[in-house]
Amino acid sequence: MAQATEAVKEKSMLIQKEMLAELFTELSTAKEKGRKVVYTFVPGNLTELILAMDMLPVYPEINALQSGMRKKSASYIKDAEKAGFSEDVCTYVKCDIGMMLNGNIGPTGEKLPDPDLLLLSYTGCFTFMKWFENLERLYPGVEIAMLHTPYQEDGCITEDQVTYMVKQLEEEVIPKLEKVAGKKLDRERLSKMLENSSKAEDLWVNVLQSAKTVPSPIDSYFAGVYYMGPLFTAFRGSERALEYYQELHDEIMARKEQGLLPITPEGEMKEERFRLVVEGPPNWTNFREFWKIFYDMGAVIVASTYTKVGGVYDQGFRHDPKNPIESLARYCMGCYTNLSLPQRVDLLEKYIKEYKADGFLINSIKSCNSFSAGQLLMMREIEKRCSIPVGFIESDLVDPRYFSYANIKNRLESYFQMLAQRKTILSQEATPEQV
Amino acid sequence: MAQQLTKPARLDAILAECEEVAFDLEFTRAKQWRAAAPDRLLVGYLPIYIPREVLHAANALPVGIMGAGDRKRIIKGDAYYQSYICHLPRGVIEMALDSNLEGFDGFLFPAICDCVRNLSGMFKLAKKGKFTRYFDYPQNFTEHIGGTFFRELIQTVEQDMFKLNGVKITPERLNHSIALYNHNRRMIEEIYNIRQQFPWRLSAVDTYYILRAGLAMPVEDHNVILEEVLQLIKEDHGEPMDNIRVVITGSFCEQPPIGMLKSIEMAGCYIVDDDLMLGSRWTQGDVDENTVDPLGAIVTAFLTKSPASSAVYDVGNPKGARLVKLVRRREADGVIFCAASFCDPALLDRPELQKFCDAAGVAHINFQFHENTGQFKVIKEQAGTFSDSIKLWV
Repeated sequence: MAQATEAVKEKSMLIQKEMLAELFTELSTAKEKGRKVVYTFVPGNLTELILAMDMLPVYPEINALQSGMRKKSASYIKDAEKAGFSEDVCTYVKCDIGMMLNGNIGPTGEKLPDPDLLLLSYTGCFTFMKWFENLERLYPGVEIAMLHTPYQEDGCITEDQVTYMVKQLEEEVIPKLEKVAGKKLDRERLSKMLENSSKAEDLWVNVLQSAKTVPSPIDSYFAGVYYMGPLFTAFRGSERALEYYQELHDEIMARKEQGLLPITPEGEMKEERFRLVVEGPPNWTNFREFWKIFYDMGAVIVASTYTKVGGVYDQGFRHDPKNPIESLARYCMGCYTNLSLPQRVDLLEKYIKEYKADGFLINSIKSCNSFSAGQLLMMREIEKRCSIPVGFIESDLVDPRYFSYANIKNRLESYFQMLAQRKTILSQEATPEQV
Repeated sequence: MAQQLTKPARLDAILAECEEVAFDLEFTRAKQWRAAAPDRLLVGYLPIYIPREVLHAANALPVGIMGAGDRKRIIKGDAYYQSYICHLPRGVIEMALDSNLEGFDGFLFPAICDCVRNLSGMFKLAKKGKFTRYFDYPQNFTEHIGGTFFRELIQTVEQDMFKLNGVKITPERLNHSIALYNHNRRMIEEIYNIRQQFPWRLSAVDTYYILRAGLAMPVEDHNVILEEVLQLIKEDHGEPMDNIRVVITGSFCEQPPIGMLKSIEMAGCYIVDDDLMLGSRWTQGDVDENTVDPLGAIVTAFLTKSPASSAVYDVGNPKGARLVKLVRRREADGVIFCAASFCDPALLDRPELQKFCDAAGVAHINFQFHENTGQFKVIKEQAGTFSDSIKLWV
């Protein structure tokens, strides 16, 4: 039997690990140090606002995915189901509630502090609203702020929507944050943070777009979920995040210069056989096994939509220090799952063309209707528009009952065979044999 | 012993008509109405709520699209949805891909969940209707914030319709439409009130036919039906049974098959309230119908008179407390949680609603269904046991 090997880590990954360890230590001592704690969601998060008021953010989806990766989600989910939650509903919610029912022990083994504020900025996922309604009852008397983010149903952000968001932020959300923090928002500090955000976002986009190079120096999905971490969660706007993205950027640009392939947990890839665009979140319970199927076959994900759930920065959006509140409003509305289906299809088409993808794959997640409902039509549209092989697999975020390794591997192997065959045919067409 | 009176023949005739309209997936009656004049419009809407008054004032007929139920074989729809997505959207997309929804001018998809939201995008991709809108009503209930946003949202739909038929919505027209829908809602509530006292006069299934028919015909016609039904059920008929009284909750979007409602009733449960046709009963009380700003009245009614619903943010006004209040008002013995499989909003609400019921001493059971569920034996047994246990022990 092969021995489990330590995953290979880049320097930026080590920095991120340190950042996370520091955050969880801060969280574990938050109550004794009088720091206020805000529970909020990743898509459309208002991290700069939270940090500008010296509060600490906690992201329940991140806790859930960490529980998934650490093989704890199955029992948490079962406990939530025993408490009355249906088998049918979102497993992030059940994992999070199960974790709370079991003492709210976070990924580092330390107890997470109870929230002083639930900041429900619900972008692109209706279930977020139900999730926080449930949390509000699990923490009776907790302060709660609600930010309703309108959907880009017409394929754009309208001025009415921006006004609605800004009013909610200025008149309800910020006053609630100030009440809990016990101090006024320092708007200069907020602007400075947004400036940092914007710089980090520039670096992040360069990292993402490095995958346009053939061969790609990064995997935009499996490694991308690590790369996106600081920007999508507790660190956006901080000097530390900027430092992280500078390091990441320099590493990736150096790899690109040298024509190196992506780093995987088992070291650097040696061959890029297939370039794929992937739609949908990854599975977390079997993350490494799942990734291994791809890198063993020489498949590199050159662009993914999941790395846009915390902001579609590669399409031009930047936080604007000169216009902070409106910029936060536009950020919330611009996240991937808040885009209409036609916008999502257009974006995927663009990725497939710009990143010279050989194939398009959907990992359809049982738990996530926001992503999954409509994906089969999206797949047909992409097939029609791009004439490339499309693949479709199903799994779940954190419920291991819905990850069937053999089934997924079989499907992917057939898909890769199809891609290989197509490559052969295309190369034959490009260099026809002489008669 | 109470004398058993025969159900009036006229009521049977009305019920037959309503059943036919309610389940006509070709929407023949609505399409006939549309064909009678060139400036008429047909606007389909998904559950739960849209301000139908505004559509009416624009000379449009709002038509509720509640899925295909167990009345249409789903072939294409299943190819568009994974097995873990609820059933309603596959029936709706099947109807859209077949001829059922031809002749509709536009579609509105209220903001109740991610499946309905994404279905709006599928309609856009498939280019169905002359306009398609995700009707993203506010979850902020402050008049100058959420209210202003809601007003602008409605005005967008007004413009969509105006572009098609040139009908301008004047305050007079809108006040008139509001009055018609107020009358409609008042009569529906009166039917529920009579049923509360005399549930045997009109079964839950009959009530369902009558309400659902109202989604596919002009409100003026529906009001005539309701007026007549009210007269007929004010007179006693039927035979009181030794049934318990239950409230059904969780079926506000995907609709249970009629066989299931019948099974619950046959198992010994009078359904004295429900959320099956919640959109038709949305506004709790009247909307101001005599105002210079009728659109403002609709907005205010939405902000202040919406019912408890899984689709509305409820912090500060919990649904559980409102459910218990409804149970008390209807003098019900228990609650049946009856949600469609994979319905995140209803199923994520259920544990908290159950806690409220437990705290108030309200008995409850739950089961899940698909709109095309065909086997009711288990449900009948479960509902029968529930009924027996309440009769014996409570």
